[in-house]
Amino acid sequence: MNLGLRQAELARRVGISASYLNLIEHNRRRIGGKLLLDLAAELGVEVATLTEGAEAALLGSLRSAAERIEGTGADLDRVEDLAGRFPGWAQLIAAQDRRITGLEETVDSLSDRLTHDPFLSESMHDILTTVSAIRSTASILAQTPDIEAEWLARFHDNVFHDSRRLSDTTQELVRYFDQISREETGFSTAPDAAADFAEANAYHFPELEAGATPETLIDRAASLTGEAERGLAQAYLERYCADAQRLPLAPFQDACARLDHDPGRLAAEFGVDLLGVFRRLASLPPDGAAPDFGLVICDGSGTLIFRKALPGFSLPRYGAACALWPLFQALMRPAQPLRAVMETPDELRFLAHAVCLPVTGAAFDGPQIVEAAMLFHRIDDRTAEASAAQVFRVGTSCRICARSDCAARREPSILRHST
Amino acid sequence: MAEKESTDRRDADKVTGGRPQMGKHVLLIEDEPNIIEAIRFILERDGWRVSTHSDGADAVEAVGAHRPDVVILDVMLPNRSGFDILKELRGHDGTAALPVLMLTAKGQSRDRALAESVGASRFMTKPFSNQEVLASVRELTGG
Repeated sequence: MNLGLRQAELARRVGISASYLNLIEHNRRRIGGKLLLDLAAELGVEVATLTEGAEAALLGSLRSAAERIEGTGADLDRVEDLAGRFPGWAQLIAAQDRRITGLEETVDSLSDRLTHDPFLSESMHDILTTVSAIRSTASILAQTPDIEAEWLARFHDNVFHDSRRLSDTTQELVRYFDQISREETGFSTAPDAAADFAEANAYHFPELEAGATPETLIDRAASLTGEAERGLAQAYLERYCADAQRLPLAPFQDACARLDHDPGRLAAEFGVDLLGVFRRLASLPPDGAAPDFGLVICDGSGTLIFRKALPGFSLPRYGAACALWPLFQALMRPAQPLRAVMETPDELRFLAHAVCLPVTGAAFDGPQIVEAAMLFHRIDDRTAEASAAQVFRVGTSCRICARSDCAARREPSILRHST
Repeated sequence: MAEKESTDRRDADKVTGGRPQMGKHVLLIEDEPNIIEAIRFILERDGWRVSTHSDGADAVEAVGAHRPDVVILDVMLPNRSGFDILKELRGHDGTAALPVLMLTAKGQSRDRALAESVGASRFMTKPFSNQEVLASVRELTGG
């Protein structure tokens, strides 16, 4: 906007939503009549100035559509004629061109996945190896009638274990394909199932606080079926128990109230690292006594390994997150805690605390493993924190982010494709 | 004992049409314990002396130490790939002509070309049949 008028303010003045205005601005919605007149009036320009841009964009799209598929005899000299005489059909051609581009990108990324996906190639290798062992062993069993009892028992045992392993691997693989086909919905992999288990319990486990063991809870959880899922849930709950031991609920809640839920001061008071305090704050009982804390944890590769989302701040389940999150700033400068305000494209504000710390016990030998975590909660625009801290204008993930002026954008948003 | 020389022998004979080679030495370089156990069983019953090795890093040294008549070499080994190992073996005088049967569980056409280029005597994809392995090592040692 030339006038320095904020998009949201302009949208409010003409009585439409900011996201609808965004679509209009990028020529994804054609408008006319009163709305067009209102916008021109608010911006102080001629109506023609606003529509010229849209027409130029349409002509551009038609030209690129004609260039993309050669040899159709589309007459480029008459493109303006087409847009003028058949505006609806012209829009359809442009929309189809965008759709084709989008679909081509999807096909590319899927075929790329099949050839380069490390999970698939790892699984195929594992399956072929296990099948080889089973085939070899089974043919020995079938074709050696005089086999000694000791060997017989051993080979039976091998076949039994290999077939278990084969069924686990194939189950994981089937789930993985299921995930590809469902893309954005439902859970399918073991980490997803473990995450859903945590979410279904609102990230708080009163029984563990009272001294129950993780095994009791896992045995009872119907959603945790596979070995891998139970293993991940077990690791999560064991960490929960360790945190609960270092930061017992009652004294921790007292301190929270006294120290205003400040993670830094809580860490100092209990002598516990910030990651532990973050996790504990994000697993307080959902009783309204504390702010609702979201938490996201990533490993050194930036892959999200724990997600607790909040209303208004969703976390991508598949694919990478917004590169502008304070989480990744923290990852770039380990051991230096960071406090910042995050503003979403919907203009909601969240106060974020982020830190990156080593998690391994290995001092000098072996790889150094780090985790970065970001604790966040919703704040009112006018609170003191909001003015004190740096403001990060963030999103969730490029594909579903409407920001058009982002230097960190990796890929186009699907919001801009929708016509 | 006569009964014992039954199925295994007969099947093997069906494939090769020859008699088993007694006392020859095979080194199996493979990291999957149950595959090792199965191959060892088949070869030993056929009269082979079988040594095994599971780590890619010192596989070349293992070949030098065992001095086998034939090597069965898996492509995917911990610490070093079978291709690298074979390349190095082909560079040494003592092992330049050593018969090597390569096993792989991956990307058949690409691995096959790579195996040929680094000098594999024979190439086999998993899952393989026991008799194929047996026939191959016999042929490679002139049985």
